[in-house]
Parts: sequence; structure tokens; C-alpha cells
Amino acid sequence: MTFRAKHLLGIEPLHPTEITTLLDLADSYADHNRRGVAHRDVLAGLTQINMFFENSTRTQASFELAGKRLGADVMNMGMQASSIKKGETLIDTALTLNAMRPDLLVVRHPHSGAVDLLAQKVNCAVLNAGDGKHEHPTQALLDALTIRRAKGRLHRLSIAICGDIAHSRVARSNIMLLGKMENRIRLIAPPTLMPSGMAEFGVEVFESMEEGLKDVDVVMMLRLQKERMDGGFIPSEREYYHRYGLDAAKLAHAKPDAIIMHPGPMNRGVEIDGTLADDINRSVIQEQVEMGVAVRMAAMDLLAQNLRGDRKAVMV
Amino acid sequence: MTATFFANARLIDPVALTDSIGAILIENGIIKAVFDGDATPPKGAVVIDCGGHCIAPGIIDIGVKVSEPGERHKESFRSAGRAAAAGGVTTIVTRPDTLPAIDTPETLEFVERRAQQDAPVHVLPMAALTKGRDGREMTEIGLLQDAGAVAFTDCDRVVINTKVYSRALTYARSLNALVIGHIQEPVLSDGAAVTSGKFASLRGLPGVSPMAERMGLDRDISLLEMTGARYHVDQITTARALPALERAKRNGVKITAGVGVHHLTLNELDVADYRTFFKLKPPLRSEDDRIAVVQAVAEGLIDIICSMHTPQDEESKRLPYEEAASGAVGLETLLPAALRLYHAEMIDLPRLFRALSLNPANLLGLAAGRLAIDAPADLILFDPHAPFQLDRNTLLSKSKNTPFDGAIMQGRVLGTWVDGNRVWEKS
Repeated sequence: MTFRAKHLLGIEPLHPTEITTLLDLADSYADHNRRGVAHRDVLAGLTQINMFFENSTRTQASFELAGKRLGADVMNMGMQASSIKKGETLIDTALTLNAMRPDLLVVRHPHSGAVDLLAQKVNCAVLNAGDGKHEHPTQALLDALTIRRAKGRLHRLSIAICGDIAHSRVARSNIMLLGKMENRIRLIAPPTLMPSGMAEFGVEVFESMEEGLKDVDVVMMLRLQKERMDGGFIPSEREYYHRYGLDAAKLAHAKPDAIIMHPGPMNRGVEIDGTLADDINRSVIQEQVEMGVAVRMAAMDLLAQNLRGDRKAVMV
Repeated sequence: MTATFFANARLIDPVALTDSIGAILIENGIIKAVFDGDATPPKGAVVIDCGGHCIAPGIIDIGVKVSEPGERHKESFRSAGRAAAAGGVTTIVTRPDTLPAIDTPETLEFVERRAQQDAPVHVLPMAALTKGRDGREMTEIGLLQDAGAVAFTDCDRVVINTKVYSRALTYARSLNALVIGHIQEPVLSDGAAVTSGKFASLRGLPGVSPMAERMGLDRDISLLEMTGARYHVDQITTARALPALERAKRNGVKITAGVGVHHLTLNELDVADYRTFFKLKPPLRSEDDRIAVVQAVAEGLIDIICSMHTPQDEESKRLPYEEAASGAVGLETLLPAALRLYHAEMIDLPRLFRALSLNPANLLGLAAGRLAIDAPADLILFDPHAPFQLDRNTLLSKSKNTPFDGAIMQGRVLGTWVDGNRVWEKS
């Protein structure tokens, strides 16, 4: 047993062997999913609650499906419509929910650190489905699994992460994960969308796509997060596409077998050319979605094992 | 009143910058005599054997938030006064950022009355510079000054409109009133929870460049050159702002500066996993900034150390970091925290008390803050070495939001005297 974490709050606290354990399990779940092998006993009798304080379609659906495939009782709570509107604090919401004795709590929240705060107050396993601009660990794990399956390894690869890094929790989690697995990371963004101090993370920072994409194995595009911008980060979408949108000409600087990734949802014609995104020879975007379910199954499986172990220890 | 003789004391004199064994005689609330070395107590005097521990002028803390009126559940004059006495603070200079703001002589009188009823230490109130701290119209500076306001400040709100600000400064100059400013470029720092840099990026928190402080200072220095007002910066916390301060002082601008003790002893990394008790305004800075600011205090470029005592209840702190309230209580931890700099050999005790007692007294025109004949007998007796682990639940402040909970500290106040009356004794 090499996965000891009680919660999955971020990539930062994970050890590389824990990441590998999780990816190995997810890999087998991915194969089983393709073959239609059911595992309804894994989370049987456990309750999974999805608490999304911020809009989500794909992540929430992916967690729901993952829980159901493993036999959990899944409940979705749209938190935007509920008690916070009535003035309840996050901690009170957490305590209320905790009293209902869930086993797995999947949380997305618009503020960085909010999921950590919530995890301190509950007795179940908490999975971070994205907190503010901090982390989105399952996204990084599914990206890692996708890369590993496409490239045959997850180390000593040159990986470019491009676009709106400033507003992206996906970028932060990916920098952590890919760094821990000893890859070469290149960040490409206009300086207004590059957080300060990034060079200190052991990554290379570029302002030009042409330079940054040179000879990379993986091109990871990020969504331009228009909803998080309070104005004035870039002059216009068309200038952004011109300078930072991924098209065939820019992609030509990468290795000929470089894969294209995007966490979705895509802004076609803003950060990525539509035909490239659909190119089955280069784009692994659909595979990322598929791996998402497998990774979330693996994460919940491992956390549930630890949870059951802890509870047994308490009873003895 | 009978005379009291403090024998066998280590006298910390921030005027002569000496630290030597001696004795002090007080009578009728004032210092009667100061002796070097061994001295014989006069007949009839009560003798207190200080056992070689330090006697220093009581701390004068500029910028204390007492949450009366409006939020008495966070801090009252009684609780703040007792906390001050326990922390060796003999004068608290209160902030006007209450609910409502202290912006009329009537609300100021309320503060003075409540302080007199309940606080065992001196309380000197400050008033708002603009009505409602809204930055639109200046307050009745003259009437407020007559009613006892010792300085004028909108606290952590910056007067954005420079026309309004320059008029208020000009008007204040005509009354020789002291204006205290908060130097943050208000638009650049809007919404920031931490200082920008690697840590902010790692935690995904909105950060502000430390340069926002320099920009705020540069603007205010220009306004001071224009208006000639007497001005104090509440907190300077970044290295980049220091040369501008030094230059302004050299050019004869009437400017002084303070710094909160938290910025002298903590850095941005202390926030760690979103610990909201470390959320301050301005936010904690890098270690390089901290060291630069400590050096500036030791050299005398930064004049004053204060606690920036800001009580917050649990509810306003137990929130996601961005949503949580800023500020920390500090009256009781000001001295032990400041002594960390002494124990780290970054500053000696006389210079520390120059910043804690003498300079604030001079800024406000008070006779206290020094061990001098005829000065008020506002004194503290403390053991700078006594170790302890802080338990926030033992604080006398109503609010317990200290970043030092669980911290190992050194330095305990053994006794506090205000006008010769003992207001605190360590049990």
C-alpha cells in the first residue's frame, strides 16, 4: 500500500510513488471501462456527495459517473442555489453535511484554500475538484495518465503548458505533478497571464509560442478564463489567437509526434484552432475526458480503502 | 502619595541609549530621581526590588483598534485596557475605524468617556481625516483637535482623491495637526490577499506587488512637499519604500514612519496552508523585506514600532483566505515579539524602546516615553529572557486572533505602572 493520503486536496502533498500507484490503478480501470467490466462492489454501501460551489458540467459528471461505476450512492448538491445564498458560512455547511455521515466528499469552490479548510472540519475523505486558482488534482492526474498512455512514459518528457496560466489551477497542479515526475516544463503565456515568481518553480518561462514549443513532446493548452478576468489582461481575443492560439504553424515547432491536450471546455478560435483540436492523430482531448473517469475511480477507490482502514482501526 | 523606589533595576534609557544597572524613585505619579549603580532608598519610600530585571518607559502604541463603538464583542475599552497593561503598554492611541467612524467631536467624546471609565492605561483617541472615512470631505479637524484628537487618519483606507487629500493636509497644517497615512496604491492593491511572488502563485491567492507601497509613499511625499503637513506613515513594510523615506527625511519633509511588529517578526511563508490569523493589511512580506525593515528600525530610519492591534472574532477569520478579515491582536504580544529582534541580536534594548516608547511620545508631544526627572511615572518592569509558550486563550483581549498561538516566546512583563499606579502585576 503506497497511497497513504486521507484526502486528495492537491498534488503538492503527494509523493511520486503515490502518484504512480494511483495512475497504475487508474490505468487498469481505464481498460476495464473500455471492456465494460463492472466494479460495483468497490464503493458499495458508501455515500459520495458532490458539492459544487462553482459551475461545472464535465468534472461533476465525471465524478458522478466514477462513483456510480464503483457502486457508491451518489448525491449532487448544487451549492450555488442553496444555503450560501442564505448566509451560511462554508464551515457551517461542512458541519451540517458531515452530520449526514458521507464517506466521500467531492468539492469545488471559487476560493483558493477553501477545500483545505473544509477538509479540516469533516470526518470523511475529501476530494478537491478545483479550488480557486490553487489546485485541481484530478485534472493533473488524468492529464498524466493520458500522457503516459500516449508516450509510454511519464518522465524526461518536454512539456509545454500554454495560455492563461495566471488564472489556472490546472496549470498549477500540472506543474507540481509533472515536476515531481521529473519532466522538463515550459510555460508559455503573455506576461500579463504569467503569475509572478514562476521561474522559481524550476520551470522555463517563455513569452513566445514559437520559442516555447520548440521540440516539445506534449502541448498542453489552457482555456482563456474570461470569467475570472477583471479586465485588461489581453488586448483582444483575436490578438490572443494570433500570438498564442495553437495552429498548425506554431505546432510545427514542436516534435512531429507531439500530442495536443486541452482540459476543456475549449474556446475554438481563441486558444486553439478547431481542426487541430479534432485531429485524431495529434489531439488526445477526448482521451483526457475518458481518463478523467478512470482517474477519479482510482482516487475514490484508494481513499475509500484508507477510510475503511482508519475506521477499522478506531473500532479496534 | 508615598514614594516608590525601584532598586536593583536594569534601566533601559532610550534617550541616552544606555542599558545599565541603577534605581528609580517615583512620587506623585512622576519620576523624581534616576540613580546610576547602587543607591539607597530614601526614608519612607516603598522599595521594589527589581532583581536585575529591566525597567523601561511604558510602551506608547499608536494605532490600536478598540472596537467601541459598534463591535464591543470584539474588544472593549475594558478588555483592551487590561490587555495593554498586561503587555506593558501604558498609552494606547486608538484608531477611528469603528462603527460608526470617529469623525465628529460627539463620537470622540463618547470614546474619551468610555476610555476614562474602563481603561487602566492612558487612552489617546485619533479621529478620522475624512467624514465616514469616505475620502470625500474633511472632518472638523479643529473641533476634533480641541476635543482631544491627537492625530487624524482614515486608517487602512487611502484617500484616493488627491484634491480632497491635499486640501485636508493643507488644512491640517494650519492647525499643526498630525496626519497618519496608509501607503498603498489603492487600485493596484485592490483585492489582494498576499504579496505577489512565488508563494502567492503557489497558493493561487491574489497578490499585490510590494511596489504598491512605494507608489503610495511617493504620492504622499509629493503631497507633503506641496502642503507642508505633519505626517506619519502607519506602516512601512517593504525594502523598496525605504530609500524614498530616507530621501524625504533628508529633504526636510515632516515625515515619520512606523511598522507593525508582525511585519518585523513574520514573513509571507508563515501563512502556510491558508492560516487566516496571518492575514494582515498590508500582507506579510518576503524575508528580504522583513530584514530590511528591521534594519531600518535599528538605524532609526523607521521611527516607531506598533502592534497594529486589530481584534477580529472567530467568525470573520474562519473563512476561505480571500474572504477572511485582516488583522491580528497585538497588545499583549508586542513586547515579546519585539524582543525576538533583541534575542536575534538585530537591535539593542535602548533602541527598541526608542521605537516603542520615546519616538511615539515625541511624535505626539508627550512628556512620557523616557526615564527622565519630571516625566510621568509610566513604567514597565520586565524580564527579557523569561520563556513561555503562548496560548491564545490566555489573552485578555476579547478577540484571540493572534498569529503567535503556540509560539515559543521570550520576555514577560512583570509589572506595569501608569502615573505611578501599579496597573498590572504578573501573578
